[in-house]
Amino acid sequence: MNSTTIFINIFTMSCLIFAFIKDRAKTKRSLILAVKSFFRIIPTVLIIIILIGLLLGFVPSSEISKIVGEQSGVGGVILVALFGAILHIPALISFPLAASLLKSGASIVAVAAFITTLTMIGTVTLPLEIKELGKKIALLRNGISFIIAIIIAFIMGAIL
Amino acid sequence: MRKDMKEKQKKVILRDWGLVSITLIIMITLLSVFPEKQEVVITTSWKFFIEMIWILPAVMVLMGLFAVWVSKETIVKYLGKTSGIRGIFLAIFLGALPTGPLYVAFPIAAGLIKKGARISNILIFLSAWACIKIPQEMVELQFLGAKFMALRLVLTIVFVIIMGVFIEQVIEWSDKKTVKNAEL
Repeated sequence: MNSTTIFINIFTMSCLIFAFIKDRAKTKRSLILAVKSFFRIIPTVLIIIILIGLLLGFVPSSEISKIVGEQSGVGGVILVALFGAILHIPALISFPLAASLLKSGASIVAVAAFITTLTMIGTVTLPLEIKELGKKIALLRNGISFIIAIIIAFIMGAIL
Repeated sequence: MRKDMKEKQKKVILRDWGLVSITLIIMITLLSVFPEKQEVVITTSWKFFIEMIWILPAVMVLMGLFAVWVSKETIVKYLGKTSGIRGIFLAIFLGALPTGPLYVAFPIAAGLIKKGARISNILIFLSAWACIKIPQEMVELQFLGAKFMALRLVLTIVFVIIMGVFIEQVIEWSDKKTVKNAEL
């Protein structure tokens, strides 16, 4: 266990105790919701964790870094960003995946681009976004988000 | 209607666990063909599993608490009447609260725009909702480190604000154009 884990758990515990003192019924509802969403996300977590194991075990770092590493260039980054935009996996689970990619030779730029497009852009939810907010706003938001994600990724690569 | 929902949920659960089984079978097959890889794959997966299982319950509890405590009405109330720098930061803060998936935010945003809220603030709110969730930042901190998480957070906030203001300008400009065309 590292300090981040301890911090997260203590923080949540304090929130929970505070909530419990304020309103028991509401806290109970929150906990039921938490248990439900926990069991809903567990299968996806297991799948990603197995895939991470296989990825690190079978795909050599040199291959990963060729596609998404330092030498992949702008093309590689855009490719990863596109993947992030299309994929529909919970952001929570994308972080261990991103960490494993980093460990096995992916560049910071590629990983940052992947996470940012994954969270900011929703291809699956785009029809709903268009319906609620109109074509103009929805397409502008998703399109510009893609460009922003690439810019953020390259700035991060330059700094870190 | 409720029964329909339950049926649908059951199907999703079945599908998800089906996918888990398929992945497991693939892993077992691969590992029995290449036994020399067993150790690396299993220790890696196990390490990530332990890391995940230590934070996931806490993250879920936090999301549950916020979902129940911060209602849609609260968000609408605060976001509807704000402006200026304070409005921007309130939009980011309200968006960052873990109160549900993105598709919940679309109708809230649409309702606020119809009520006359600033488009830039609503877009900042939507983007914050999509990518700056508090529990999400915690998991990012856990797996990618403080530097990575903090830098990405700051850059995202800056660029999301720029995007919000920019899209508002574009929308206002194109609305003006259509009004002019209609007058002609």
